[in-house]
Amino acid sequence: MALPDHATRLERVWHRTYLIICGLIFFFLVAPIIVIIPLSFNATPYFTFTKEMLTFNPDGYSMRWYDDLLSSREWIRSIQNSFFIAITSTIIATTLGTLAALGLSRREMPARAAITAFLISPMIVPLIITAAALFAFYARANLSQTYFSIIMSHVVLGAPFVVITVTAALSGFDNQLIRASQSLGANQVTTFFKVILPLLLPGIIAGGLFAFITSLDEVVVVLFLAGPEQTPMTVRMFSGLREEISPTILALASILVALSIGLLTMMELLRRRTERQRSG
Amino acid sequence: MTDAAVSPGMGLNQTASKSAPLTTADGKPLKAALRKANGRARRNALLLVAPLFVFLLFTYTIPIVQMMARSVMNPEVANNLPNTSAAIGDWDGEGLPSEEVFAAMAQDLKNGGRSTIGRVAARLNTDMPGLRSTMMGAMRDADEFQAPFKEALLADDDDWGDPRLWTLIKRETRTITPAYYLRALDYEYDQAGEIVPRPENLQVYRSIFWQTAWMSGLITILTILMGYPVAHLLATLPLKRANLLMILVLLPFWTSLLVRTSAWIVLLQQEGVVNNFLVFFQIVDDNDRMRLIYNRIGTIIAMTHILLPFMILPLYSVMKTIPPSLTRAARSMGATPLRAHLTVYMPLTIPGLAAGVLLVFILAIGYYITPALVGGEGGIFISNLIADRMTGSLSQLRLALALATILLVGVLVLYWLFNRLVGVERLKFG
Repeated sequence: MALPDHATRLERVWHRTYLIICGLIFFFLVAPIIVIIPLSFNATPYFTFTKEMLTFNPDGYSMRWYDDLLSSREWIRSIQNSFFIAITSTIIATTLGTLAALGLSRREMPARAAITAFLISPMIVPLIITAAALFAFYARANLSQTYFSIIMSHVVLGAPFVVITVTAALSGFDNQLIRASQSLGANQVTTFFKVILPLLLPGIIAGGLFAFITSLDEVVVVLFLAGPEQTPMTVRMFSGLREEISPTILALASILVALSIGLLTMMELLRRRTERQRSG
Repeated sequence: MTDAAVSPGMGLNQTASKSAPLTTADGKPLKAALRKANGRARRNALLLVAPLFVFLLFTYTIPIVQMMARSVMNPEVANNLPNTSAAIGDWDGEGLPSEEVFAAMAQDLKNGGRSTIGRVAARLNTDMPGLRSTMMGAMRDADEFQAPFKEALLADDDDWGDPRLWTLIKRETRTITPAYYLRALDYEYDQAGEIVPRPENLQVYRSIFWQTAWMSGLITILTILMGYPVAHLLATLPLKRANLLMILVLLPFWTSLLVRTSAWIVLLQQEGVVNNFLVFFQIVDDNDRMRLIYNRIGTIIAMTHILLPFMILPLYSVMKTIPPSLTRAARSMGATPLRAHLTVYMPLTIPGLAAGVLLVFILAIGYYITPALVGGEGGIFISNLIADRMTGSLSQLRLALALATILLVGVLVLYWLFNRLVGVERLKFG
């Protein structure tokens, strides 16, 4: 976006302004997320920077909210619940979603647009509607307040992300590779596991990460479906934020930000891998 | 010469295809073999999609359809007053019903126990206050009623002589009712059974629907204003630097919704970072801190932040495909930068803009968590009202389901539009 040498003065001023505006928008996007990390080390139970913190006085900082979080049996239990639900539902959603994406990208697939629209719809329908419907459904089957109902619901919510991501990965797939594999004597199964799957893996993992984070973040459905046994961390956070917000929540939030930075890094590495494969 | 050489060959070919159709190596007609192969390929494709399709059908679509069906259900009166329901169908609504209807009612009151009649009475009492005691009283005396039942019931309570009571019962014996939808749009039946707007002080839902729509619209506009320049910058920077900056867009996208909402709670509180900053630089007075949260402003700021990546990503993916040479060509032919941008560049970005606008708006109107946490009293969305009514009585629940159905229909219409204009297969993240 460099300006040409012959740019007028006005153009230069405008360009400078434009970059500043963009900088401010990037600041708006990221600052609120980053700011909670130092605040979670606040030694006082307030949600702002104290004088000690601003002067980098070590007394202004402490790990007490992290201690609070990690020594609370309820918090630990709810974090375990969240991960159990997220991992299980991700495995199912990734399997079902990948299969569906493979079918959807076949040339012969009938009614592709309509079926895709249907498979993606859980992402679009307001969560409160999904939550209420699933609550009534599982309550009638005497399955509300079970891990089963929560995991199944999260498969519903996570699968669209897998379908979208894997379909996108497949759109760049070179079908000649399949023919090449078959011409060399591989049968369909061998071709799938030795040729298609390794090439699709970055896309599948990316889809899986999406499903994972969707489940880990999900609040509304679990608010309806989870009993005291299954309470995941999001429900505890939600009620914590509703009643009296404690800095313990900020400690958990900071850990989650670190987690999303980790996942983002993984995504970026996957993307680079795919790019290398495509070009190489 | 050439013509003559070719035409016998053509003729030969035609006759050959007429007499003996092309076949595959093992002697099957080519057309049939091809059709069979295509059919097999179609079946395979469908089989791959089937597991997820069936799974969604049973654990998602059917529950939603069942729930929607419950929003028009009204079985209490018909089920619990079976004789009356059967008899009252013949009544033309003029004056009082015939003796048969009174006899049927006396029979139902006699047959029905305390809980059965209680349920009907509670249901009808909401439309006609006082009816509960009339019915419960008659139920207790039902064993002593003698024919003619009309006189017997009238002697028990004058209200049995009120035609409006019978109009109400006739209306409520229908097992399917639009009543909850009327209520969801701030209408109701008056005592004569006409559809009228509810009293002004009881109208809530239409204004919340309207608030949901305009706030979502405003949020969408804000995401355009902020997303467009950023997407343009990302699309025109060298790829390496664009990818680096893209992380700043993707980080909020990947961060938990609750985390982002709690970040805004922390920042915007009266004692929070933003207000402290403003006080420190004496932009606002310490005693006059701004109320930035637990109201509409809070909802709008937090939701704009949360939905902004959904605007930037589709815009970016479209802008990336626009060759920069087009704008340069316009400039070289004498267009000012502004004109080149408005008449050449902007129209090409419309697909991305449409995708972003529809996506952000669709997601916004269904939002629940963020308005619930930062919206306070004023900044709530229709989802919050639905969740609130969901935990109430049976009629409150059905009202919630009616509200949910209206919201769902709205979302599905927009989603259909999205499909028509953009296409779901164009949806991509990152």
